[in-house]
This record gives sequence, structure tokens and C-alpha cells, in this order.
Amino acid sequence: MSVSNRPLSPHLQIYRLPLTAITSILHRATGVALGIGTLFLVWWLMATATGGSYFGFVQSIMGSWIGLLILFSFSFALFFHLCNGIRHLFWDAGYGFEIATAEMATKLVIAASAVLTVLAWLLAFAL
Amino acid sequence: MAEFSLPANSKVKIGNTHKAPEGAKRVKAFKIYRYDPDSGQNPRVDTYEIDLDECGPMVLDALIKIKNEVDTTVTFRRSCREGICGSCAMNIDGTNTLACLKSIDEVKDDVKIYPLPHMPVVKDLVPDLTRPYAQLASIEPWLKTKSPLPPTDEERRQSPEEREKLDGLWECVLCFCCSTSCPSYWWNGDRYLGPAILLQAYRWIADSRDEYTGERLDQLEDPFRLYRCHTIMNCTKTCPKGLNPAKAIGEIKKLMVQRM
Repeated sequence: MSVSNRPLSPHLQIYRLPLTAITSILHRATGVALGIGTLFLVWWLMATATGGSYFGFVQSIMGSWIGLLILFSFSFALFFHLCNGIRHLFWDAGYGFEIATAEMATKLVIAASAVLTVLAWLLAFAL
Repeated sequence: MAEFSLPANSKVKIGNTHKAPEGAKRVKAFKIYRYDPDSGQNPRVDTYEIDLDECGPMVLDALIKIKNEVDTTVTFRRSCREGICGSCAMNIDGTNTLACLKSIDEVKDDVKIYPLPHMPVVKDLVPDLTRPYAQLASIEPWLKTKSPLPPTDEERRQSPEEREKLDGLWECVLCFCCSTSCPSYWWNGDRYLGPAILLQAYRWIADSRDEYTGERLDQLEDPFRLYRCHTIMNCTKTCPKGLNPAKAIGEIKKLMVQRM
């Protein structure tokens, strides 16, 4: 039996990912989402320069439920990436590596980004 | 590159079931990854029902009981049975740990046992550790000095405070639970050194007697060797010795910035 034919042991299929691993994946996913979401924002801004009727068309898409859902997800991605980014700065400075601290900070990041997202949308609809 | 699914020859099939003996009261099922290199077949998961009243408290006790009494072909590494040798590292109930330190009672459902994740499997629960050992050699894990040897009958001195900096580093038994829990090591293990090796690297960087700190940091200053660590923290969470590889890697990154 050749050595190169050895099977690879299961990994993602069997590993019970801890909370810190899940937010790590989420950090990368929200980073990608922000890149794509920014294209939508640029499109929106371009539409303002293009003219009234085209802006109205884009505005109607953004105002539809699917547009609002994309904007809502985009704002959550933004707040999550921001909060978790701040937590990464603490790690870079050498703090927060103990398991209890890291898990508490993870929950704090999730809670803070949820609260900020809801606040931003309450503010948006109130104005 | 990240390959999230298993290659065709590694897909796990359902295997055989070995029932508990008649009259067993406290039955627990152990689902164990089996791979026989001589069979040419894919890996499978065999189920072994064990009477816990007739078994020691640790997962390793159950494995030894299975090998002695049920199925002699079950293959795994073990030696000290007290968390010192690091041989019986494996994935139990979704987390890497030493079978000798993992109590059976801690596992609520069936006890699922796999080899250390994302490694080539030699047989059953025995992974091929050639690569991590080669990576360990690459960081030259021994005291390196430039100054002349101290006089005979004297050693290189270290204050109690300097010695204290090695606590939490020297205790590592190189079981590789941490490295094989790390998704970065799964996807980039050919170039990323992984938490176990980086903790060892820091053990020599932090040693006041070592005089090659600069060269050691030079060797680590690489987008892959060190910086594939994204502080996922699986390493620290899984370490059966309670060490903190994520913190050690953080300290190396800090030193990289400080010396600029």
C-alpha cells in the first residue's frame, strides 16, 4: 500500500467548532459580504449622478423588501466586522487570549453588533 | 488551498456493530473510525457496545478493553495513560484530546472516536505525524548560543523570574491536538507551522539563555509560517494540558512588531 494513498482523516465533518471559531468564520464571511455590499452602495451613488428616472428605478429596488433585506444584512456585516475588528486589536496588543475572556468577548461582539444594527434601523425609520 | 470535503478514498462508510454481552447493565456505544491499509477499502466507523460496569473510567480504558476483549485489530497509540507522553491524542466527541485524560462520563451520547483531524491515516486511530515532526525540527528546538561556554561545572544561569517566562510553554507534550484542531493548519499545513510548533518556537524565543532570538524571529517572519494564525482559538480550547498556544503566537507577533 503506497503512502500517498492514505486516506485523510475527517475534519470539518466531525469537529465541534467552538464559538470563537464560528465568529472567526463569520469575520471572514462578513468581510467578503462588505466587499460585495459596497458595490451596491456605489451603484446607488452612481444612480444619483445618472439622473432622476434612473435613481428612481434604483431607489425602488433598494426600497423593496429584498433590497431592504440586503441593506439590513449589509449593516449587520458592517457592525459585526467593526466590533470583531476592535476585538482583534486587543488580541494584537496581547490581551484576551484566556478561554473565558475570549468566549465572553465573543458573546459581547455578537450582542453589540445585533444591538447596533437594530439601533441603526430604528434611527433610519425614525428619520 | 482549502478543500472542505473529503477525497473519494477518505469518505467514511458505516461498519460493523459489536453488541454488548448479555446481561450488561450500563451499556455505552463507542463509534470508532477504522481504516485497514491492507484491505484497499474506504475507512468505516465500527460500533462497540461496552458495559461500563466492567470498564475503567477513561476513554483509553475503553479502547484497551475493546482491543483486549472484543477486537484485537483496533489500532491506536498509547503509552503512559496519564497525560505525560501525548501518544493517545485523538478526536473524541468532536474535540481533540488525550484519550487517557478524557472521562467517558463527560460524553453524553455515543462516544465517537476519530484520528486527529485532517491528517494522513496510517491505520485506524494512528495518524502519520511525519510533517509536524519535520516542522518541529525546522525551528531548531534546542538552546542555541553565541557566547563562549561557561567554565566547567557551571551552567548558563537564569533568574527565577526569567525561568517563570517558560511556564505554560515547557509543559507541551507534542501530542498535536492543537495543530490538528486548527482550520488554518488544515488548509495550509504544508506551509503554516501550526500552533504546536509555534508554541515550541516561542519557548526558545522566550528563553533568556538562548542567544538566537533575532534569527529565530527572522525564520518565522513569513506570511505562511507564522501569519496564517487568525486567532481562531481552537488550539487553546482543545489543549489537553491547558496550555495557550494562541497566546504564545500572539507574543511572537508582538515581538515582530516591537523589533521593527
